[in-house]
Amino acid sequence: MIEIRIHGRGGQGNVVAAYLLAQAAFHQGMYCQAFPNFGAERRGAPVVAFVRLDDKPIRRRSQVREPAFLIVQDQALLNVPGVTSGLNPSGAILVNSTQDESWLNEHLGKTTVALPANAMAKEHLGRPVPNTALLSAFLSLTGLFPIDALKEALADRFKGELLERNARLVDVAAERVNAGIWNEAVHATST
Amino acid sequence: MSTAPEIRIEDLRRRQPRNSGLISGHRACLGCGEALAARLVTEAAGPDVAITNATGCLEVFSTAWPESAWTRPWIHSLFENSGAIAAGVEAAYKAQGRSTKVLAFGGDGGTFDIGFQALSGMLERGHNVLYVCYDNEAYMNTGIQRSSSTPHAAMTTTSPPGRERMGKRHLKKDIISIVAAHHIPYAATASVAYPADIKNKVRRAMAIDGPTFLQIHAPCPLGWGHEGDQSIEVARLAVLTGLFPVVELERGGIGSVLQLREPLPVNEYLKRQNRFRHLFRNDARATQELEHLQAIANHNIEFYGLRGDRPAAGDACGADTVRRGG
Amino acid sequence: MLQALEGSQALAKAVALCRPQVVAAYPITPQTHIVENIAKLVADGEFRCELVSVESEFSAASVALGAAAAGSRAYTASASQGILLMSEVLFNIAGLRVPMVLTCANRAVSGPLSIWNDQQDSMAVRDSGWIQLYCGDNQEAVDTTIQAYRIAERTEVPVMVCVDGFVLTHTLEPIDMPEQSLVDQYLPPYAFSRALNPAQPISIGTLVSPDFFTEARHSHHAAMIKALAEIESADTDWQEVSGRGWGGLFEVQGPEDADTALLTLGSTAGTLADGLAQIPGGDRVKVIRLRCFRPFPVEALQRACAGLKRIGVIERALSPGQGGIVATELRDALEELDNPPKVHGFAAGLGGRDIPLTIAAEALRRMDSGEATRFAIIDVELDKLPPEDR
Repeated sequence: MIEIRIHGRGGQGNVVAAYLLAQAAFHQGMYCQAFPNFGAERRGAPVVAFVRLDDKPIRRRSQVREPAFLIVQDQALLNVPGVTSGLNPSGAILVNSTQDESWLNEHLGKTTVALPANAMAKEHLGRPVPNTALLSAFLSLTGLFPIDALKEALADRFKGELLERNARLVDVAAERVNAGIWNEAVHATST
Repeated sequence: MSTAPEIRIEDLRRRQPRNSGLISGHRACLGCGEALAARLVTEAAGPDVAITNATGCLEVFSTAWPESAWTRPWIHSLFENSGAIAAGVEAAYKAQGRSTKVLAFGGDGGTFDIGFQALSGMLERGHNVLYVCYDNEAYMNTGIQRSSSTPHAAMTTTSPPGRERMGKRHLKKDIISIVAAHHIPYAATASVAYPADIKNKVRRAMAIDGPTFLQIHAPCPLGWGHEGDQSIEVARLAVLTGLFPVVELERGGIGSVLQLREPLPVNEYLKRQNRFRHLFRNDARATQELEHLQAIANHNIEFYGLRGDRPAAGDACGADTVRRGG
Repeated sequence: MLQALEGSQALAKAVALCRPQVVAAYPITPQTHIVENIAKLVADGEFRCELVSVESEFSAASVALGAAAAGSRAYTASASQGILLMSEVLFNIAGLRVPMVLTCANRAVSGPLSIWNDQQDSMAVRDSGWIQLYCGDNQEAVDTTIQAYRIAERTEVPVMVCVDGFVLTHTLEPIDMPEQSLVDQYLPPYAFSRALNPAQPISIGTLVSPDFFTEARHSHHAAMIKALAEIESADTDWQEVSGRGWGGLFEVQGPEDADTALLTLGSTAGTLADGLAQIPGGDRVKVIRLRCFRPFPVEALQRACAGLKRIGVIERALSPGQGGIVATELRDALEELDNPPKVHGFAAGLGGRDIPLTIAAEALRRMDSGEATRFAIIDVELDKLPPEDR
């Protein structure tokens, strides 16, 4: 089982990100579970969502306390207490950030990849919604499954031009990161 | 040897078949205005109806299990949900492709007070329901407690007169205006003293596909403090004094009204009922309350334009018609 | 067809598959998504029904009652305050023996205000005379919704399908949505025997004197007891046509000869099972997931619990001043056994507190150490309270 925690802010599509990742895994024939850390969500407030992926049915319903990976949709959240807590020592962080990656690695003491997802989303979608780019980059980094599955999941939600723009963003974001560098982390953190 | 039996007109009238939704044998008090009104409403509405009934006298006196005085499909759920139950029945009939009209019944407690929200929701959603409020101006089923329909200064067990009080301190809620403010196609008031008027209004409402509302002033001899055989007269006086205006409101605007050529002073109505007895003492406060009540009647007459030159309070039915049930 | 769906979305689809003619609901977190999804299905013409968006839960239940009494299949859903606001109607619906189905997206009851999951709402109306079925996951929630209509219509007792709010309603997971033809075959068109019909007028909800009231209550109670068989057969028959069964009255996992069991309701069961798998000896512990809480399956539980030495009941509700609700009822049910197991009552996960994997181990530790007696809130953090409140 792979457990992923997604941090974002209300209005950034945090729950959608979790659902998309799970749906993409589902299209790959995996078992999946995605749920928000149910809050009285308000725009801009920090929010959390959880994803579990497995090759067998998922029984537990507890929150993800020791994630293998963190996807952080707003770099400012890295300074919020608890955001990185419980991260598996062999795990890694993908953050929507324009900050220097090596500085982030050092600052956080964790393997961290920074993706300027806001700018990429603005360019391709016209709005700074970072989740599609982050998910694509995440799949590329981990090699969990092909990004085509993410496109399928996007097609479950979007149609027409918006879907096409998202699909292009998936391609661009996947190429932006070093494909497969988190393969090891996946193996090391699977339970 | 046989002689031809003597046939009296009254008997023939009594034997004439009537399509009553509420038949005799129920346990209403002598002179119950509500029982009379409910019968008139069901007669005018015809057989293709279903009735929802709020908790109250009407429900209690008509259905002591295993008996029922209702000849129509009838359901009582709770005190405050007659409007919502009716909405549900109507939605079901709509889904089933049935044209059966739904009648929702409630007393003033179940309409003005506890069932007010369900009523408002039903009206706002435009259900094809005729809601009939039998307004006897207090919680009679529980033994005469004040409701928001109780007239100003009336005595009930929870608005007793005393050294500090002259009966109910507040005004009778203007339910018909509130209902009309939902801009429903048709809302009207009526009185058991005018049975043909009730029937005409029911027929009119039945023909409308949408929410309609009828408030029927129905004396309660026990609660108002008059003899059972005085109900019709007392009810008629409420109308003739202007204290209970008989009016029609269409889409929120005033339609036709029952005109009064020579409105009577409110005392004519009040003095017939024990619930206003304390207003006829030698007491300055009593005089003041009487003045208040007269002012309310005057306002009604003015507001609805009740003063007219047609014959006073015309109704196709005389007292005899009322006695035999319209 | 297997789809990855949010629980609420799946539930809306399941409701549509049952073809209720009238749906009445008022939005409340965390039930809202169910109603929204139903509204979308109706708007898209995928679900034909009279959708009545009422002005309160009180009217939601009342409209559903009116519709069901008029002979239509009816549906409503609520949670928390909504369940309590409609509670007067709930008693009335059951007492009038009018069948319908209600989804309770379980949520804590105010005050203090909590929008999060526990099961205090449905537990608060346990004496309303409704059948109550608790679901372990969203697939079961879908299947149970379909079963619920069959149970309600055969027993003329309404059924409340309890689904943990957020934990299930807001979780996306793979769900096999049954084909419409399968549901139609399992759930044929329905005709209420006492429908409001001008051709055969009857009076429903009459005043019942002391001469008859006791008998009305008795027949309701007897119908609930008889419903146990109907609940089991609904599940067995569903398993036959769909391939999925949920254990009928309750589901038992673990070794037959275990001397220890943990019993819970709803979505906590999977977390308990995974938690047990992580601790030594965990495989020697049974997990009993009580699916049917009303009627309370006394005899079946007696059979399932005979031979056990101890049972820890973990429930997301409590009766203040008394303790565990299910634990107390279980203790009472097992009292007739020769050597009844000791029943330890635990409340956990109140007002949305996460139930972690470690809860199973913690419950067993307390049962071992003798620390646990009749009742404890297992995850309370007493240091947050002033000393006098501990």
